[in-house]
Amino acid sequence: MAKTYAEINDKIKKGTAVVLTAEEVSEVAKTLSPKEIAEKVDVVTTATFGAMCSSGAFLNFGHANPPIRMEKIELNGIRVSGGLAAVDTYVGATDCNPENPSYGGAHIIEDLIAGKEITLEAWGKGTDCYPRKHIKTIITKDTINEAILYNPRNAYQNYNVATNSTDKIKYTYMGTLLPKLRNASYSTAGELSPLLNDPECRTIGLGTRIFLCGTEGYVTWNGTQFHSTKEINEYGIPTSNARTIAVIGDLKNMSTEFLRGVYYEKYGVSMFVGIGIPIPILDEDLARRVSIRNEQIETTVVDYGDGNKILGKTNYAALQSGEIEVNGHKIKTAPVASLSKARQIAEILKSWIQNGNFLLTEPVRPMPTGTSLKGLQEIEK
Amino acid sequence: MTKKVILTFPVDATDRPLTYDLIRIYDVKVNILKAEIQPGKTGSLLIEMDADPLRIEQAIAFLNDNGVTVSPVSSKISYDESRCINCGNCASACFSHALTIEAPDWKLQFNPEKCIACKLCLKACPLKLFKIEFSNSESY
Ligand code: SF4
Ligand code: SF4
Repeated sequence: MAKTYAEINDKIKKGTAVVLTAEEVSEVAKTLSPKEIAEKVDVVTTATFGAMCSSGAFLNFGHANPPIRMEKIELNGIRVSGGLAAVDTYVGATDCNPENPSYGGAHIIEDLIAGKEITLEAWGKGTDCYPRKHIKTIITKDTINEAILYNPRNAYQNYNVATNSTDKIKYTYMGTLLPKLRNASYSTAGELSPLLNDPECRTIGLGTRIFLCGTEGYVTWNGTQFHSTKEINEYGIPTSNARTIAVIGDLKNMSTEFLRGVYYEKYGVSMFVGIGIPIPILDEDLARRVSIRNEQIETTVVDYGDGNKILGKTNYAALQSGEIEVNGHKIKTAPVASLSKARQIAEILKSWIQNGNFLLTEPVRPMPTGTSLKGLQEIEK
Repeated sequence: MTKKVILTFPVDATDRPLTYDLIRIYDVKVNILKAEIQPGKTGSLLIEMDADPLRIEQAIAFLNDNGVTVSPVSSKISYDESRCINCGNCASACFSHALTIEAPDWKLQFNPEKCIACKLCLKACPLKLFKIEFSNSESY
């Protein structure tokens, strides 16, 4: 017996929808069949809180008097895009000033959310309609027009495990990798991770309403580097990084609890982003998908010291046990993304839905199929 | 009394049985907590010495004479818990298991007893929440 979005939303409005987190449903699935779960459960909440470099925010500063066509723009001394009309910019999470590399675009975005004052300095050549050539002022999120978080690639469906076989420490976006395979790091929330619970994106598409950094947001498109033809295991799970989503939301309503600027030693700035996605249990197939358990989700172990060489496969039950075995080596494991925060997000989203404050949306366009990735060719002309 | 120290050996000292000498000549009980020695290269040992203060002082002088640097592990590592996001980056780098993040709650745990003051967590934390304080400035 299949359910529709409208039926589930009716239950949400009446306060009778049964909502579980993805971890809870995986536990329930040990005793209930997918058919029983499809009958009993209406929505499953999934979540992740990890570093997502492909993130940023559009800002519109408003016009000064006399007006300026901002062509070079700095926020707290960091150069941001001057390529968007007169008083718009895009602050990329990884924007930074090389002289002070540990504070970057992501920190500006966090500071804006926190209500802090940001120094804006901008230059233009001066035109007939925008005569001004320079401005230096202070902005906050309340003094500017729009502040919209727009992240082109978030919530990777699965990700590699990183380790390092060389005899030198490697400082990476997967954390500090000790020499000689002394540690391995992983960044996916396993059975709680959004795109692992709906691996073919049957319910996640353009227009899907989500939790984004403490407020509601939307999936706007497939994320960049969307790879829908990666090798899958017997449970239909891609065994390395595959699909992604692009997301949007109102930065002014976000919370620094769920968005943080970070700096990785010898790598650079990135941003921790909190995302929660509700999955409507429309039928038995989706019930089976959300029942996936950590031991069924495999991923690839990659040697970041040696040209990203593939060392083997493991699964999230092993990773979360604190030690994996790869080619006879025992390697200590630790996460580099926050499972405790992801759980908190899944719980908040669950309560929003239970309280009738958050209705589900049917995608207006599904995710693409049959996509793979192109490398960058070096062409001499 | 017991004293926790880190011994750093120069290249040529790693082949000599210095810890054995400590036990034999100075009657110091040595408990090796962590060893990082590669023959022919520098090595370091985290040890706990158990003896009366005078013997420990003599043992440290003996080690210094043999080119071994002795640093007390009275340096204190601490982090700003209120800003911690429990991401695990510090625990991933901490090979002495002083910092751990595990089931069931996946919140960071810090056991200062196991800390060898290697300072890797200072760089590993992407929020730069760690501080090291040398509460005891005596050095040998
Ligand atoms: S200083 Fe080294 S041993 Fe101590 S907590 Fe930090 S990483 Fe662990
Ligand atoms: S690396 Fe920093 S933020 Fe992450 S768990 Fe450790 S102390 Fe907390």
